[in-house]
Amino acid sequence: MAFPRAPLLSLDTLWIQVAGTICNLRCTHCFISCAPDNHSHSMMSLAEVRRFLDEAVGLGVREYYFTGGEPFMNRDLPAILEETLRVGPATVLTNGLLLDPDRCRMLRALADGSEYSLDLRVSLDGWGPEDHDRIRGAGTFRRALEGAANLWAAGINPVITVSEAAEGVGTLDGRRRFLESLRRLGLSRPRFKVLSLFRMGAEATRSHGYGESERLSDVDLSRADLEALQCSSGRMVTSRGVYVCPLLIEEPSARMGRTLRETLRPFDLAYGACTTCHTSGVTCRT
Amino acid sequence: MPHLSGPRRIAVFGGIYNNASALLAAIDDARRRGAEEIHCLGDLGGFGPHPGRIPPILLENGIVVVQGNYEDSIGFDRDDCQCGYTDPRDNRFAQIAYDYTRRGTPAEFKAWYRRLPPTRRLPLGGRRLLLCHGSPRRQNEFLWRSTSPVVFLERLLREQAADVILCTHTGLHWSRTLPSGGQVINVGVLGRPANDGRTCVWYALLSATDERGAPLEVQFVPVLYDHQALALEMRREKLPEEFVETILTGWWTTCLEILPARERAAGRF
Repeated sequence: MAFPRAPLLSLDTLWIQVAGTICNLRCTHCFISCAPDNHSHSMMSLAEVRRFLDEAVGLGVREYYFTGGEPFMNRDLPAILEETLRVGPATVLTNGLLLDPDRCRMLRALADGSEYSLDLRVSLDGWGPEDHDRIRGAGTFRRALEGAANLWAAGINPVITVSEAAEGVGTLDGRRRFLESLRRLGLSRPRFKVLSLFRMGAEATRSHGYGESERLSDVDLSRADLEALQCSSGRMVTSRGVYVCPLLIEEPSARMGRTLRETLRPFDLAYGACTTCHTSGVTCRT
Repeated sequence: MPHLSGPRRIAVFGGIYNNASALLAAIDDARRRGAEEIHCLGDLGGFGPHPGRIPPILLENGIVVVQGNYEDSIGFDRDDCQCGYTDPRDNRFAQIAYDYTRRGTPAEFKAWYRRLPPTRRLPLGGRRLLLCHGSPRRQNEFLWRSTSPVVFLERLLREQAADVILCTHTGLHWSRTLPSGGQVINVGVLGRPANDGRTCVWYALLSATDERGAPLEVQFVPVLYDHQALALEMRREKLPEEFVETILTGWWTTCLEILPARERAAGRF
């Protein structure tokens, strides 16, 4: 079977799996099955991150995203963000549970100390606690919103990232209704992003995995199609090396090297997730 | 009279968005300030009323135009503006502006739009300038100040073999002089205010400081125009009240989700 090949057109975005696969939640839709006891990818220290930051600066990388697991479980995160914000903009993807007022004030101070943007993304997975807590655990909807409200109180307006587990949220009307509900919950100027679900990891059990026919085999991709794929402009680093993208870190053949320079080459779009990326047009970037 | 070794001062603007009165005011202002050439970085249409008024003003005034995503879309009769928004509400408003502009652009200008170059190079004070719409590599790339770090901009300049990149597309003006001495200048837009609660719009005036390639002097110039009259015309054309509100208040009400954290926090919405 022949798969289309995505060239790395430009290394603009560096993802950093700063918390590995370690999380304070065990969400039933997680595409890499993160959990308190999943050490498949481990926490990254400041020194490990710095090695990649130095390389990224040399390559002229534009922006940095931090994810996990839950990034705020990593005690080095404030120092990592401080160093990152000296060289470029940073975005942290969080479930919001560890965003107490003190931490939010610390983040505000980091943001104020940089000429680049510090962005926070808080994840929600439903229209309310019924859907969200079924996926993420009891009480997590209320706690995520508290975290978002603490950010807002500290002067940071997070992007509320909603997965399509919240049915219909991707439509214009769904978006309007979701934003109205966030305003009723006290977020007065909500920012908003919808994310696709990827049927891998825990989500493959919750719904179903990709079938053999759900591959981009023998598909011709235009230049615009390739530019839209995040693997044409980004890479993901974890404690285990450099991967093609944030989604495929549990696929051994998606590990492209030990250093960023080793990964400045094309990648074959052989996975079900590649199909979702291409057909939905959604990227993990904000 | 132009200087023998090329111009010493040029004016550059972008994002006219059908705002003819701001365009005329900017041209007058730039000439009064001694601009020897005037360049436009594209996006003639969108947002405002009566798209057919803009091309004749540019042509009659000898303004050199780089193609924006709007000229590509309208010139090639595409279904959308290719602005690059990702949010459904932003895209809905972008589509309203695009459909209106596409309907109202006289056919005679579409061939001109198609022929416009996506980039243009010129010398100024011994520096190599590269003019583009979004970025040198993509017409609809957004170069915001808070997400365009020094190392990234140095790379763009190296890859393009340029000393200065001039761009627009975001709607917010900024400039950065890099450790190498290179400069990246987002000249802002004439079509709508800069999301700062002021009703003026902006262009950039660039002056050579010597002939040996020293950094250019960059001045962002506010342009006052009859924004009340523009708002009236927009209402007569039944353009969205959200657009009119932006013209009257200076705060963006649409196309907000694409803004990075820093730029978003600076606005009202």
